Amino acid sequence: MRLKILLPLAALVAALIVAGCGGASDETGDSGASSGSSSSSGSKTTLSLVAYSTPEVVYDEVIPGFQKTPDGKGVGFKTSYGASGDQSRAVEAGLKADVVAFSLAPDVDRLVKAGLVDSTWADTPTKGMVSDSVVALVVRKGNPKHITGWDDLLKPGVEVVTPNPFSSGAAKWNLLGAYQHGGLDYVRELITKHVKVQPKSGREALQTFTGGEGDVLISYENEALTAQKKGQAVDYVIPPDTFKIENPIAVTKDGGAAAKAFVAYALSKAGQENFADWGYRPVDQSVLQANASKFPTPKKLVTIDDVGGWDKVNDELFDPEKGSIAKIEDDAGVSTAK
Amino acid sequence: MSAAPATAGRLRRRPRAARSTSGSGALGLGVATLWLSIIVLLPLAAVVAKSLDGGTGAFWDAVSSRQAVAALRFTVLISLAVAAINAVMGTVIAWVLVRDEFPGKRVINALIDLPFALPTIVAGITLLALYGPTSPVGINLAFKQSAVALALLFVTLPFVARAVQPVLIELDREMEQAAASLGASPVTIFRRIILPSLGPAILSGAALAFARAVGEFGSVVLISGNKPFDTQVSSVFIFKQIESDNTSGAAAVAVVLLAVSLLVLIGLRFVERWAVRHDR
Amino acid sequence: MIVSRRGTLGLRVIALGYLAVLLLIPVGVVLYRTLEPGLGEVWRSITTPAAVHAFWLTIELAAIAVPLTTAFGILTALVLVRGRVRGKRVIEAFIDLPFAVSPVVIGLALVLLYGRQGWFGPWLADHGIQIIFSVPGMVLATIFVCVPFVVREVAPVLREIGDEQEQAAATLGASRWQTFWRITMPAIRWGVAYGVVLSTARAIGEFGAVSVVSGKIAGETITLPLLVENRFNNFDLAGAYAASGLLAVIALGTLLAMTLLQRKGDSAT
Repeated sequence: MRLKILLPLAALVAALIVAGCGGASDETGDSGASSGSSSSSGSKTTLSLVAYSTPEVVYDEVIPGFQKTPDGKGVGFKTSYGASGDQSRAVEAGLKADVVAFSLAPDVDRLVKAGLVDSTWADTPTKGMVSDSVVALVVRKGNPKHITGWDDLLKPGVEVVTPNPFSSGAAKWNLLGAYQHGGLDYVRELITKHVKVQPKSGREALQTFTGGEGDVLISYENEALTAQKKGQAVDYVIPPDTFKIENPIAVTKDGGAAAKAFVAYALSKAGQENFADWGYRPVDQSVLQANASKFPTPKKLVTIDDVGGWDKVNDELFDPEKGSIAKIEDDAGVSTAK
Repeated sequence: MSAAPATAGRLRRRPRAARSTSGSGALGLGVATLWLSIIVLLPLAAVVAKSLDGGTGAFWDAVSSRQAVAALRFTVLISLAVAAINAVMGTVIAWVLVRDEFPGKRVINALIDLPFALPTIVAGITLLALYGPTSPVGINLAFKQSAVALALLFVTLPFVARAVQPVLIELDREMEQAAASLGASPVTIFRRIILPSLGPAILSGAALAFARAVGEFGSVVLISGNKPFDTQVSSVFIFKQIESDNTSGAAAVAVVLLAVSLLVLIGLRFVERWAVRHDR
Repeated sequence: MIVSRRGTLGLRVIALGYLAVLLLIPVGVVLYRTLEPGLGEVWRSITTPAAVHAFWLTIELAAIAVPLTTAFGILTALVLVRGRVRGKRVIEAFIDLPFAVSPVVIGLALVLLYGRQGWFGPWLADHGIQIIFSVPGMVLATIFVCVPFVVREVAPVLREIGDEQEQAAATLGASRWQTFWRITMPAIRWGVAYGVVLSTARAIGEFGAVSVVSGKIAGETITLPLLVENRFNNFDLAGAYAASGLLAVIALGTLLAMTLLQRKGDSAT
């Protein structure tokens, strides 16, 4: 009897001991990002980077690049990638992070509220951003439905795929693109008549689209470029008027000199070129100019500041109870509810 | 009930004696309670506490919003339907696996548990590829309510079959053969002799299937399209609330969902015991 | 046979048809897509450092969670069946409840308890103990989803065999432990085995709950199912299928173990 209780308890204790050693492993990430050993060995530093999922391919190049610089020599990396909102909440709940990189500024502001990031994080020459993009319309290869702009999405029979902005904060960019074109009326008609499915996230939306559903996918330019680079059969159109996507990067209060150096590297020419390679518009103007052919300037580019800033937008449009878009979603349900 | 192995079945049945014998006693009860509390009750208590963060008024607001109610209703109804379908089909499958012989039976028997072990995300992607827009067999159910049913049927497939199988194995054939020799039709034999014995097992498996279906997330989220008021299940709705930083609202809906599941589970247990008592 | 020849055939067709649509074809597709790039490519995919680490982490989680769940499951079953407890049905329903809890909610619950702002958060931080976003948290999530299995397999058996033999042993002077180990355990052996196999299958395949509490730290807290998701997200479909193929192999291995054990059980009589 005693043994029966002791055995599981012993197992539990053993498990906690094993786990308490940090579960640290010296293995490297899948894509070859070299990471040094964990911080328990000698005087090496380890930086924890918590980022949203799409720029994993970029940081897989930025990190080794940084490690070749004098600031980055001997710096080990622990990386974590996932949906922007999930990652932000994870850091808020205790996930260790020295550098955070998310899809939109509110995910960093959440950490400011939690006391983990300084409120002055955006007081930089690039306003705290590390990369930009624009809302784009992804279509089937060859653009069979001849989509050229937002109005084409409202043509009869056109089916639009866009992730739900309430299950994915990063999906708010997409609807802001629609909103800047035709206001709430446009958004209402789009959601009510043309959006048939509401994937949980941007990547799932892309998978749903490449899985054969819909005619147009509202997405980011960098998503489309990365998808093409990875062999997906898609084309994309940048509408004449669209919305500017800005992705923030910040050092947490825990982050030290190495973290700041890493962010500086990501903002340097070398780092920014990595971003450009994968379809992200660099915030560094000279690198952007050098890649001008890849990143055409739309005739009209609206930014989050133009529409009043995130606080206003989140309150008026995306509040799950009082926001206008929430109401549109609710009303749309009335017409389709069985 | 689930797989009671053949050896145990061969031992003669005894009436249930509620006497404390090996292994239990105050210490055992204490340890078991502690274990259940830490692992199950504590996390659930945290969720309940969170749901009441804004008071009962906020709780009620969160669970009575139109989307929440629609998601809840859809989830419960489709889970009941799936449990019912798998109750019937699971029994048929168990019957065929136990009473029938055909080549490949052993392989199929082993594969039945596979939905259990495959990560739900693989199930979701595969079902979307097979029965979605690019379906090689021309069936496109994606983003309809039937797609949700399909995904749920897949992940709950093993429960009833595995619950019925062992009982079927141990079933005493004498009564059936006696009834047959007296001229009873197969349907009558099944209804009056076999079904009462299988009843508790079927209900038990169906209860588990229902419970699993109600909470399912990974396999459903891709193929359902998550259309509010249409194909959105409660677990996705809860996720949306969390994403919108409305954690207490999410917890509230979760609590209601759990309460409903608990009621169904307790109810089914009562029916089980009633059936057992009547039978023996 | 009480069913006619036609009836038997009919039932077989229905059962196999249902299984084909719902199980065999999808599993076949997964297999096909896994092996499509060729065995060499598959091998390369599952031997990357990340995949190897994910594999061992998954095994580690199962190796911790399953024995714990089994031991406490047997104990709980004994208490429920042999002990004097009020409200057994309610307790049994609570044991089944983990099935019904959505993975999203499990993750939420564990964060509410052990996260930075959770019930035990400050205490854990003060003592430098990391539960969430580390292996212990993932173990807790895995155990949570495995709780019902062993209990559900063992309890019915305990009920079936009755406690006569155990009582006899007690009157003959056997200690509780002796009675358990020598009389009860052999009788419930196969129920335990089946519960272990099911728990293992569930533990290695668990995605949702572990996903929330893992923190997805590359090389540290990424399990095989999380690796599958990661690869899907990075358009590495072949790699994703390879990893899930590996999971299916582990699952089939455990299933084979169960089938073998069941056969042993049949022939042991």
